[in-house]
Amino acid sequence: MIMKLFRMFGRSIRDAYRSVIRNFSLSLASISCITVTLVIVSLFTMASYNVDNFTKLIKRDVTVVVFLDNDITPEEINAMETKISQMDNIAKYEFKSKLEIKEQMQSSSDVFDRIMSNWDNKENPLQDTFLIKVIQIEKIKETAAALSALDKVSVVKYGEGMVEKLVFIFSVIEKGTAGLVIGLLIVTAFLIANTIKITIFSRQTEISIMRLVGASNLAIRLPYIIEGLFLGILGSVIPIIITIYGYTIFYGYFEGQLFSPLIRLVSPYPFIYIISLCLLGIGMVVGMWGSARAVRRHLKI
Amino acid sequence: MELIRLSKVTKRYKNGVTAIAELDLKIKKGDFVFIIGNSGSGKSTLIKMLYREEKPTMGKIIVGGIDVARLINRRVYRLRRKLGIVFQDFKLLPKATVYENVAFALEVLGEARQDIRQKVIKALELVDLKDKVKYYPDQLSGGEQQRVAIARAIVNEPKLLICDEPTGNLDPKISMEIMRVLETINKLGTTVIMATHDKQIVDEMQKRVVVLDAGRLIKDFEKGTYDYEVV
Repeated sequence: MIMKLFRMFGRSIRDAYRSVIRNFSLSLASISCITVTLVIVSLFTMASYNVDNFTKLIKRDVTVVVFLDNDITPEEINAMETKISQMDNIAKYEFKSKLEIKEQMQSSSDVFDRIMSNWDNKENPLQDTFLIKVIQIEKIKETAAALSALDKVSVVKYGEGMVEKLVFIFSVIEKGTAGLVIGLLIVTAFLIANTIKITIFSRQTEISIMRLVGASNLAIRLPYIIEGLFLGILGSVIPIIITIYGYTIFYGYFEGQLFSPLIRLVSPYPFIYIISLCLLGIGMVVGMWGSARAVRRHLKI
Repeated sequence: MELIRLSKVTKRYKNGVTAIAELDLKIKKGDFVFIIGNSGSGKSTLIKMLYREEKPTMGKIIVGGIDVARLINRRVYRLRRKLGIVFQDFKLLPKATVYENVAFALEVLGEARQDIRQKVIKALELVDLKDKVKYYPDQLSGGEQQRVAIARAIVNEPKLLICDEPTGNLDPKISMEIMRVLETINKLGTTVIMATHDKQIVDEMQKRVVVLDAGRLIKDFEKGTYDYEVV
């Protein structure tokens, strides 16, 4: 029994290989169909992943700085800290006194050190601050407004305008590409199913003979599913080459960043290999699914 | 011993046509039976029900111990492995050689290559086509193509060979050649059921004849001829 299954599997692989060769023009149609879609899927996935990465980086980098009035007392600072801790959309906050800022600046440069070493606490023109990270960057504007409404807050800064625009653009791109990729995959799966259906249609006689001589449904399906697998693998070759070489060249050309150091590209390794593996996997699954679906119609189940 | 038994079999198609009505029929192991009748008499439906291409609406069909009517689609292959089926249009794979066409029937069952080779050669010897193993169907005459189809049908050594108008596309001389092949197979122990229109063949073979008319069995001769008065 196991030997029979094993032989059946071997025969299916041989038949699938023969069939790809014998029905070459139709195979080529299926392969091209898979190739074109996988190239598009690859481009969009890479774009989407990068956009996701930019957004994450920006989210991580963006800090809301709350400058406090100079006459603020330690009690008022404590009270404010309690209020901030109770506000929505606050991921993390940290108080930095003007003394700490002064020391930090002094240690960062000799020039600052020389100028600032003479300042005592009263002369220090710097301001006490709260450094705040938000949870949802999309709501940063509201959070900043709420913070500036607090007593004894002199000014709130977070690079307004720029951050919001970028975040908005990225979220649109991200959602758009994700939708497109999913849509494309569904369309391709059906397209491939149809292309393979044409291939199988031309082999209806073969399937009907198989049924007549007593082949089980599995024995009939197996060569077609393996054929779909072959087509999927062949169809993903070009997209994988494009992904590996294309992205590496693209990354190298832009030196890892797009327009500004704020927008860093995802490093090619292992990114391109992961994408390539995904493309191969998608090609295989879509090819097998398409075949299985197409042949199902000719079987009485 | 009975190989086939039909009890009160009725087949009504979805369009309301009754192709077979309350048919009772028994066929013994080793028999050679002609099923004759006009177009629309139910010959093809009966043949199709025997290999479970069609399901009876009512009644019971037992073929080689298998209750055909109750066989679910997924398990039909179990019945088909016990049968050989031959058609008017041969149903050969055009892109495969004679050998490949016959071997195909065993390959899909997962038989070992060694066994396949032996059985295919034996079957091709029986139909006298051993010297044409490498030919493609389009290089063969109609009679030869039908012999390939017969070889494919018997290669698995079935108990029953079902033939649906196997000589319908062939001239009388070639038809008789095919009949001789079928007779040889029958003599080797395989039961043969053949639906046909061919008067000459039925008259000459002198085998059991079952006559259908409007889906009913109207005559059953042990050694019959094609009687125009009853058909």
